[in-house]
Amino acid sequence: MAILNVNPTRMELRGLKNRLATAVRGHKLLKDKSDETIRQFMSYIRENKRLREELENEVTLSLRSFLLASAVNSPEVIEEAVAIPSRSVRLKCGTKNIMSVCAPSIEIEEGEQTDLYPYSFATVSGELDESLKHLSELLVKLVRLAEIEKTCNMLADEIEKNRRRVNALEYVMIPELEETIKYIKMKLDENERGNTIRLMKIKDILKK
Amino acid sequence: MLNNKVAVIGDKDSVLAFKALGVDVFDARNTFEAQETLKKLAREYAVIFITEDIVEMIADIVARYKTRAYPAVIPIPSAKGTTGLGMKGISKDVEKALGADILFNNK
Repeated sequence: MAILNVNPTRMELRGLKNRLATAVRGHKLLKDKSDETIRQFMSYIRENKRLREELENEVTLSLRSFLLASAVNSPEVIEEAVAIPSRSVRLKCGTKNIMSVCAPSIEIEEGEQTDLYPYSFATVSGELDESLKHLSELLVKLVRLAEIEKTCNMLADEIEKNRRRVNALEYVMIPELEETIKYIKMKLDENERGNTIRLMKIKDILKK
Repeated sequence: MLNNKVAVIGDKDSVLAFKALGVDVFDARNTFEAQETLKKLAREYAVIFITEDIVEMIADIVARYKTRAYPAVIPIPSAKGTTGLGMKGISKDVEKALGADILFNNK
């Protein structure tokens, strides 16, 4: 392992020792953070998987039933029927902090509950009502899925970044610092020994 | 900036149903249109659902919004059924975070 390019002095040694202490402490903290983030991530990703499995079927089914229902009427009638929705979806958006990741928290805002069906029942078939009702129930779950999936994305990203930091500290920074400290210590000891020998020699010369 | 709205991008058959629910609906017929729509919507909408086949076409743009809190760009199946893209996204996340896909293997 390469050592840092420093002068072998006591001052450098002191500085390096401080840096090593900081690095070790930082490594420990980051490792703990990584453990906890992964634990959180696991619970989110399980939920994510469950929700998605459930929703993928249901969304496809209800979109299909909408298609089937709209096949009964002419496309113009259907388009006219849904062209001006009677309600609009509003979300309550915020951010929450999960292990210092700014994850979104999204909720559907409970607005005034107007009638779901924006068309008159006379013109379109009954199947359309059914599929719309189903889909509007799904929308709440879809928003929940959006929140969780986004959180998972961000957590995964954070975990990856954090792992790089931990590894850089563990396998590069800390060994490098240790090596350098050892090198400086040896150099200083060597100087010390050199000094002692020199003094002994001088004493010898003076004695003669 | 964000006005707390939901948008759906997809082919016409799949998204028309969402329109009746009060979700803002945009249909995209080709890659270019989908890209432009998504870029425009990303500035305004909090949640954007895109059908899987379109996500596949514009994967690079979608990836751009992955690390930000908003907008949440989420693939949904279209009326034709699911292509498995959404599930793939989850397993990719697991792989990214843990180094190995442990969630889907032990099934």
